[in-house]
Amino acid sequence: MRRRVMQPQVLLHSLPYMTLAAGMTIYVSLAGIALGAALGFAVCVARLSGNRLLQRGGAFYVSFFRGVPLLVQLLFIYYFLAEFGIDVPAMAAAIGGLGCASGAFQAEILRGALNAVPPGQAEAAIAFGFSRADVWRRILLPQALRISVPPLINEFTLLLKASSLVSVVGIAELTRVSMNIASSTYRPLEAYLGAGLFYLAINLCLAGLGDLAERRLAAGTAR
Amino acid sequence: MSFEVLWRYAPALLSGFGVTILCWSAGAVIGIVVGFAISLIYRLNFAPLRWLLRVYVEIIRGTPFLVQLFLLYSGGPFIGLRLEATTAGILGLGIYSSAYFAEVFRAGFSAVPRGQIEAAQCIGMNPFDILWRISLPVMLVATLPAIVNLLIILSKETVILSIITVPELMYQMQTMAAETFTAFDAIFAMAIFYWLLVEAVSRLGYRLERRVTAYMAPATGAS
Repeated sequence: MRRRVMQPQVLLHSLPYMTLAAGMTIYVSLAGIALGAALGFAVCVARLSGNRLLQRGGAFYVSFFRGVPLLVQLLFIYYFLAEFGIDVPAMAAAIGGLGCASGAFQAEILRGALNAVPPGQAEAAIAFGFSRADVWRRILLPQALRISVPPLINEFTLLLKASSLVSVVGIAELTRVSMNIASSTYRPLEAYLGAGLFYLAINLCLAGLGDLAERRLAAGTAR
Repeated sequence: MSFEVLWRYAPALLSGFGVTILCWSAGAVIGIVVGFAISLIYRLNFAPLRWLLRVYVEIIRGTPFLVQLFLLYSGGPFIGLRLEATTAGILGLGIYSSAYFAEVFRAGFSAVPRGQIEAAQCIGMNPFDILWRISLPVMLVATLPAIVNLLIILSKETVILSIITVPELMYQMQTMAAETFTAFDAIFAMAIFYWLLVEAVSRLGYRLERRVTAYMAPATGAS
């Protein structure tokens, strides 16, 4: 019997599992982005603060988490806490790893965006008697967030792809599930092509969403 | 931290380091050559080919490197492509980075002022000389920061090759960890190693950038 190169029915059979796994991929990525946003904001504030120690700490955080490969970071979190006898659930390690890495990138995105806001605006606000918190809340952040939407969407697509590494710590997301399908059906070609298509589809949706968000936000500034 | 274990495994770790450097450099060379070819074909005004390459670039950039690697390494044999792990790793890195390099070069080419090309045409330079003497130098200087950034990203992606059993540094480190129960030490050493590597490459890139752009702007303070 001639062996057929492609057996699409393998994909058809595994579609329900893949769809569930895609949901897990999206969940892990969203959680990672959210944690990264919180960490990134904190690190960015630390880097812009007047305190030298905080500045150094923020710079160290960014340099470390941007310099160390994500796979190493994921295993690091796993083993680092295990060294102190804390058994980390795989999910926590996965989201923590993605979030820490993303935090470094998001801190830089936010810092770049804050630098792009003309300094005269903050000075004018202070001259008007705005408190420091109000300057941030009403002048700096709204504009910085608007500027950082395109790079943030870009960061999200990068994180979505990076989330494939979470398969290593045993989360049943797209890559892990397609690995399982590949090994149980002996059809790796179909399984990984399917996974690739799912990632591609999610990324295309994200790109579309990004375009939409950009246009909506740009509408506010157009005169 | 047990240095004694690290010392005992030094030969394996060194060979792993060698494989890491080999995969990194060979993958980058393939990526740069293919990416450059793609960016040149973009410039030909031949729409079908351009669309085809556009689709190639979008697919590569829209899917995770790990999935591409699995597809190449375990899906390859089903279409008659039987590769050794290291070869598959190098080829995978090359294909993956070619899409990103193509985009960088494309942006670089569009940064070449039209007037310079028109001037070259006026004095009768042939198209090859225009590319070699006018477009290429300007493009390379403009894209140097992006190229260095891609090389750094690529150096971190080599870690992922350990998942398809390429015997690079991460793989050797994990073998050591499994044989001597020093998982934490191993991953800690890896984190420090890659951090230093990335810092070194980015410093080097920064100095190179300063060097090649030195002619563009006079040093501050000079009249």
